[in-house]
Amino acid sequence: MNVDSWLRRKSLKSLLLAGMTLPWLMGRDALAQRMNSGLLLTLEDMVQPIVKGAKIFKKDVQIEAPILADNGSLVPLEVQVQSPMSTENYVTHIYLLSQRNPVTQMAMFQLGPWNARANVSTRVRLAGTQEVVALARLSNGEFCYNQMEIIVTESACVDAS
Amino acid sequence: MMSARVQWPEKVRADDIVKVRMLIQHPMDTGYLQDLTGKVVPRNIIRTVTCHLGKQEVFRVEPSSGISANPFFEFYIRATVTAEFKIEWTDDKGMTGQHLQIFNVT
Repeated sequence: MNVDSWLRRKSLKSLLLAGMTLPWLMGRDALAQRMNSGLLLTLEDMVQPIVKGAKIFKKDVQIEAPILADNGSLVPLEVQVQSPMSTENYVTHIYLLSQRNPVTQMAMFQLGPWNARANVSTRVRLAGTQEVVALARLSNGEFCYNQMEIIVTESACVDAS
Repeated sequence: MMSARVQWPEKVRADDIVKVRMLIQHPMDTGYLQDLTGKVVPRNIIRTVTCHLGKQEVFRVEPSSGISANPFFEFYIRATVTAEFKIEWTDDKGMTGQHLQIFNVT
């Protein structure tokens, strides 16, 4: 083996190596967008900014949503709160909280006795598989909540690019 | 142009509990996603949606980027008298929208 062919081999080898590593380096940018790796909030972290130390119970709230949501950018979600909705005892607010989304509070609904039923439904975006919490504030200042795990196969935080 | 649609049962009697379904046309851009050219689409979401029945505010939502594009909401109200149902919303760009419909109670 002469020097020339050795040099040729060496350059070919490094070219191959560069070819294998470059796409990986460029791919980092796309990976950063996927928020699946993001941290998961605990229930305390999600709930305390709203509850602020008031009494909280896990009862009377029901979440209806698909267990497996194919598309994270459109997940139908229904929250039902058992409440008489009378002038003395009613639900004032319903909060939808997400464990993984960049914005924890997905929506806040304001209700009153004129609603007669404390049911709301909407369609939410979810950034990956997570626990979703529905938190209801009652007129006496107490809170009720329930949580449900929704498996999301395609996160809402990935786009076409 | 942004618009909204509301729907409730055709015949509403006094004291009925009526399910109201509401759909607002809005892109609800989160501010996290890019368009096809790779530019980040600035955040543009609806900040508040309020529903009035007559002069009474019956429903209010404060969505965030966690609500899907073309937000859909469903809630209940107790029918009392015929009144005007008004939806108003404001988004990040300061655009406001309004939708009026007569809520007929027989």
